[in-house]
Amino acid sequence: MSEQTLQNEDKTDQSKSKQEPIVKYEDVHKSFGDVQVLKGINLDIMPGEKVAVIGPSGSGKTTIIRMLMTLEQPTSGHIIVDGQYLWHMEQDGKLVPANEKHLREVRGDIGMVFQHFNLFPHMTILENCMTAPIHVQKEDKESAKKRSIEMLEKVGLGDKLDNYPSQLSGGQKQRVAMARALVMRPKVMLFDEVTSALDPELVGEVLEVIRDIAKEGEMAMVLVTHEMEFAIDIADRVLFLDEGVIAEEGPPSQVIENPTNERLQTFLHRFRS
Amino acid sequence: MNNWNWDIFFDAFPIVIQGLGITIGLTFACYIFALVFGFVWTFLRRIPYKPINWIVTWVMEFIRSTPPLVQLFFIFYALPMVPVVGVALDPFTSAVLGLGVHFSTYIGEVYRSGIEGVEKGQWEASKALNFSTTKKWTKIILPQAIPPTIPMLGNYLIIMFKEVPLASTIGVVGILQMANDYGAQHWRYLEPLTIVAILFLVLSYPSAILVSKLEKKMNRRFDKKAPTGSKPLKEEGKGAVM
Repeated sequence: MSEQTLQNEDKTDQSKSKQEPIVKYEDVHKSFGDVQVLKGINLDIMPGEKVAVIGPSGSGKTTIIRMLMTLEQPTSGHIIVDGQYLWHMEQDGKLVPANEKHLREVRGDIGMVFQHFNLFPHMTILENCMTAPIHVQKEDKESAKKRSIEMLEKVGLGDKLDNYPSQLSGGQKQRVAMARALVMRPKVMLFDEVTSALDPELVGEVLEVIRDIAKEGEMAMVLVTHEMEFAIDIADRVLFLDEGVIAEEGPPSQVIENPTNERLQTFLHRFRS
Repeated sequence: MNNWNWDIFFDAFPIVIQGLGITIGLTFACYIFALVFGFVWTFLRRIPYKPINWIVTWVMEFIRSTPPLVQLFFIFYALPMVPVVGVALDPFTSAVLGLGVHFSTYIGEVYRSGIEGVEKGQWEASKALNFSTTKKWTKIILPQAIPPTIPMLGNYLIIMFKEVPLASTIGVVGILQMANDYGAQHWRYLEPLTIVAILFLVLSYPSAILVSKLEKKMNRRFDKKAPTGSKPLKEEGKGAVM
């Protein structure tokens, strides 16, 4: 644990050459039809780093992480995960578009929690967590069950194992979704506005769980969020995305508390009032 | 003319009912064929390649727009004369193939509506959890897509049950053919054909009630209405009768 923290400080404060980034975006563009959503994203995410992405709606912040989860394909540029091209693969020394096999291989390092939970409604809470370890990672049933129960206890839902998603509150559903993603032991975990669909009184319990996960340290996290206080609290680095580019980035103390960018100031002002 | 004669009714009843096994057996054989083959249509239509899509859609449309009786006659009488691929099939197999393929095009559409009813988020979650294509379909998509369509599939079973007498035209001896034979022998059609009608009513009506109960149950379970109600389907079924 302490070693991990040291490493974290190490890489944020000093040069990045010591450690290879777990995720690397190289001049990534994305258009939907005629609309250019991302206009050249360059970004390194280090192992264990917590990155918060903020910005006005339509700035493309969700698209950034959806491309990493392979839910959207970049129009141009490269995304590299743990040294491997995500959307491309090397064949006879040339880069060719990735096939499904390659995507599955690289995507295994990434996990995601969605705004609308996307739990499997036909499965119990426990089955929701167990299904991917068993059917995707080919883990044996007993150990998958054991780990899933532990994970669900960790998010405070040890007493709901046999309930179905429809019987839970939004906050509980989102905690199940987190357990389901965590049990896959991803190296990078993506959070797509995970509190936006929740009633205000349920936001706290979800943020609490994310905070706990963040403390454990080993996993890199990218959080698209509107919760500024929360971003200050857990992020090593904050990205302000505006009109398809990273307009400002740095530690939260700089980006959120002492912003220089004028549009960032306006954006943050709306949250303060 | 002759009046209703109970003696003939009771004389004909055991004879007509001998055909019941064939009628029900053919219904289930056709139904199972259609359930399985329906998947073939559904998956062919999902191939993301336009020309294949057009061909499949057109073939389905062709099969649906042709009366099942014509298809039965074609398979039984004309197919053996087709060069190279032509084979002579016995009446039962011809009926299973003809009615099975015809209804599979409708069943395929039922599956499609079920699959389209699965939320986009479910596909995304399957991807995020790195499911293989096969596991995604068998563990996530189909278990959600199929249950809401069960009432519609049940309706098709009843519709097919009522279409099966068409097979008597190519010599499958179900209850209709039994009644017809009895009529020809004894020159009495009123009683045996009434028996046929009663048998169909006795079997169809409770099944229809069961299906509508099932439909209500499924709607409750899934918190929403099934993709399409049962009524338009019944009409489609009627349209398919000759």
